[in-house]
Amino acid sequence: MPLSSKTLIVMPAFNEEASVAEVVREVFLSNPDAVVLVVDDGSSDATSKVAREAGARVATLPFNLGVGGAMRVGFRFAVDNGFDAVVQIDSDGQHNPESVPALLRELETADLVLGARFAGEGDYSVRGPRQWAMKSLAAILSRATHTELTDTTSGYRASGPRAVALFAEHYPAEYLGDTIEALVIAARSGLVVKQVPVSMRPRAGGVPSHNPAKSALYLGRAALALTFAFMRPASTYRLGGRP
Amino acid sequence: MTFTSYLFGILSAALILVVVVELLRRRHLRERHAVWWFVAGVIALIVGVFPATLEWAADAVGVEVPTNLVFFSGIAVLFLVCLQHSSELTQLESKTRTLAERVALLELRLNELDDSETPRADGR
Repeated sequence: MPLSSKTLIVMPAFNEEASVAEVVREVFLSNPDAVVLVVDDGSSDATSKVAREAGARVATLPFNLGVGGAMRVGFRFAVDNGFDAVVQIDSDGQHNPESVPALLRELETADLVLGARFAGEGDYSVRGPRQWAMKSLAAILSRATHTELTDTTSGYRASGPRAVALFAEHYPAEYLGDTIEALVIAARSGLVVKQVPVSMRPRAGGVPSHNPAKSALYLGRAALALTFAFMRPASTYRLGGRP
Repeated sequence: MTFTSYLFGILSAALILVVVVELLRRRHLRERHAVWWFVAGVIALIVGVFPATLEWAADAVGVEVPTNLVFFSGIAVLFLVCLQHSSELTQLESKTRTLAERVALLELRLNELDDSETPRADGR
């Protein structure tokens, strides 16, 4: 089929029927040439239907795989259909699609571009143990990627051709794998990582957690994910290993 | 040791082996999963028939009470089998995940092919 653009916008969506259509429309508004793929991550509501009516192409997973699994579908789709770049956007409206061109501009000199929440724009803040966790994560991952990263768990990111090829095969599916381990994979595979400031909007539903026990658990899982990401054998990330 | 307990030991070991072989025969158990159970059954049978081998083995590894060697080996086998199962479960999950991803992409392609054919109103 003819492709009007080489950029694919991937939106993982799990039970987002309330917001997904609006986000898809916003994406088209600020990126008229974009192809939007909504990956319905096993939703029990009308996410797929609503997204399709809004003009997105929709891949529906038979059951919930988490953001990592949904994104792997997106990367696979990009490789199969000849897209050069993939931009991941949350379907809850948290990410402002107006920043997509800014992310894509950076792709000219980088393989993976993160849209960072704390880099000056917008009014998003976290405190306490969760903040410490994010700070130490940022410090470690900045060293690994040889660039200054402040928001490593941001789900707003753009991947260039090299990253798309790598992630189509090796995007991690575990919890926190899609954010933390993906960065380690990129760093260990020699990809150039950059960060640009983007403004975030308050989430349509739910509030960021400030429960200390949950934050501690988050810290532990993040540390575990990070440790194992660095410990994995290099052969894990070789290209062309799996079909 | 009474003759009854001697017989009980041998029969238990034989029962394990019969069950494992029968499951293998009916393809309810794959060889690579059966190996541990088979080895455990054979060792249990040997020890059941010749209790002296247990005392010799316990002495060889420095275990004072031979029964403790039985407990140790039993727990070790169960532990290893459990670990093997966890590992295979992980591999199965990863395969299921890949299948789900492929299915989603195939379904998307199929739907779009269907949609592109629908406007053809020439009756075919």
